Amino acid sequence: MSKMHLKLKVNGKSVETLCEPRELLIHVLRERLNLTGPHIGCETSHCGACTVDMNGMSVKSCTVFAAQVQGAEITTIEGLAGPDGMGVLQTSFREHHGLQCGYCTPGMITRAHRLLQENPNPTEEEVRFGMAGNLCRCTGYQNIVKAILHAASELNASKEAAQ
Amino acid sequence: MIPNTFEYHRPKTIPDALAVLTQHGDEARVIAGGHSLIPVMKQRLTDIAHLVDLQDIADLRGISVGDTIRIGAMTTQHALITHAGLSAAVPLLAEAALQIADPQVRYLGTIGGNVANGDPGNDMPGLMMCLDAAFVLSGPTGTRTIAARDFYFGAYSTERAEDEILVAIEMPRPSGGYAYEKQKRKIGDYATAAAAVQMTAVAGRVATASVAMTNLSDVPVWSAAAGAALVGTDCGPVAVNAAVAAMLEDINPGADNRGPVEFKRHVAGVVLGRAIARAFSRL
Ligand SMILES: Cc1cc2nc3c(=O)[nH]c(=O)nc-3n(C[C@H](O)[C@H](O)[C@H](O)COP(=O)(O)OP(=O)(O)OC[C@H]3O[C@@H](n4cnc5c(N)ncnc54)[C@H](O)[C@@H]3O)c2cc1C
Ligand code: FES
Ligand code: FES
Repeated sequence: MSKMHLKLKVNGKSVETLCEPRELLIHVLRERLNLTGPHIGCETSHCGACTVDMNGMSVKSCTVFAAQVQGAEITTIEGLAGPDGMGVLQTSFREHHGLQCGYCTPGMITRAHRLLQENPNPTEEEVRFGMAGNLCRCTGYQNIVKAILHAASELNASKEAAQ
Repeated sequence: MIPNTFEYHRPKTIPDALAVLTQHGDEARVIAGGHSLIPVMKQRLTDIAHLVDLQDIADLRGISVGDTIRIGAMTTQHALITHAGLSAAVPLLAEAALQIADPQVRYLGTIGGNVANGDPGNDMPGLMMCLDAAFVLSGPTGTRTIAARDFYFGAYSTERAEDEILVAIEMPRPSGGYAYEKQKRKIGDYATAAAAVQMTAVAGRVATASVAMTNLSDVPVWSAAAGAALVGTDCGPVAVNAAVAAMLEDINPGADNRGPVEFKRHVAGVVLGRAIARAFSRL
């Protein structure tokens, strides 16, 4: 099968690679671009471990073909670190024990990032509903929700301070 | 979970997309959000040599709200939920769309894919029957409009011909009370049973009522008899029981991993009772 020339913007950088149209975005990211932050949990569109940001939407990258993302802007967990290391959400997950084994965490944080972009001041219920596409087998979710709510208030406080 | 190879097409206009479908016949298939199609391609349950991506066709997008509501086939569930004018005009749509899958799926899954798919588990087809929507189909010989209530023949079998594209969905602007009540095993699951109700009343008595049920037969079920059982009543327990009894005559659920037939019939009655009560309370 002939390969296509795929051009993307990933974590702010233009990248190009050759791949087959049928390759899944998660495989392009992990195997062709060496971005192993997004994980493969179920590979059947259910767990959200493969979540990345695509053109401002949280998507399961195991359920998107390479051909569909020609020209897209993608952000993975690698792109969410702050200038001095970890970003606010990442630090908050660590401080609130929002992870145990960490397998779900890149998807969780990438999804939470988009959720807070759309709703900077969510209620606990809105966090739970907005995170419903991401499964975690370890934490019982309680601390993930706490970490996201805490990150929201930190981000809001630093926005206010900047004004 | 790697699908078979295919040739990829990304046309910019409806005629260009139709040309690919005409040229390749049943070897070609359109892809919208891909969230029903890609999972079956990954399992190699279907063989598609030519995949026609509709994402660049501007004429398949857009929502217009007037006396008639028109929704482009490529409108995502996320767009349906966040469109203020549409949510005000047809609140039943957002109430149901929020119960479909999870946020990631709703960003990409489209209303056109949901109704064209023909999976009895999809939520939008029953909803479209409830709202008396019509589907606008474009094919090599022109455009035709089919009522949602006449569109579904069986699981994955619809009135749409292989060389036709669903362009838009149209519906009259509804009025009155509404409810979408869905029972599922967990968030993100397809319905064990779901009920859509839209009704109007005059002086405390039901004037019109439309009832449709999801995943309780190999097609979505619009129960004219259930709606008729409510008309003229005060929606009290006697009327609700009559509507549920009429609906149970019209459904034909099968046993599967969501439960045995008796359980599904029981849940169907429960969700319809709740949907009627909530729709009536919103009048
Ligand atoms: C984890 C998960 C949970 C889900 N839960 C639910 C749920 O609870 N309820 C629910 O309703 N759905 C659910 N879905 C399905 C989801 O809503 C799909 O997005 C939807 O069924 C199909 O829309 P799509 O745009 O993704 O279509 P696609 O997958 O791209 O296409 C589906 C079918 O429709 C055809 N098609 C698409 N667009 C057109 C068009 N314009 N003209 C002609 N044919 C067309 C395609 O050829 C294909 O055969 C779930 C999916 C996943 C992955
Ligand atoms: S790996 Fe994509 S949803 Fe689980
Ligand atoms: S921390 Fe282990 S799966 Fe979430």
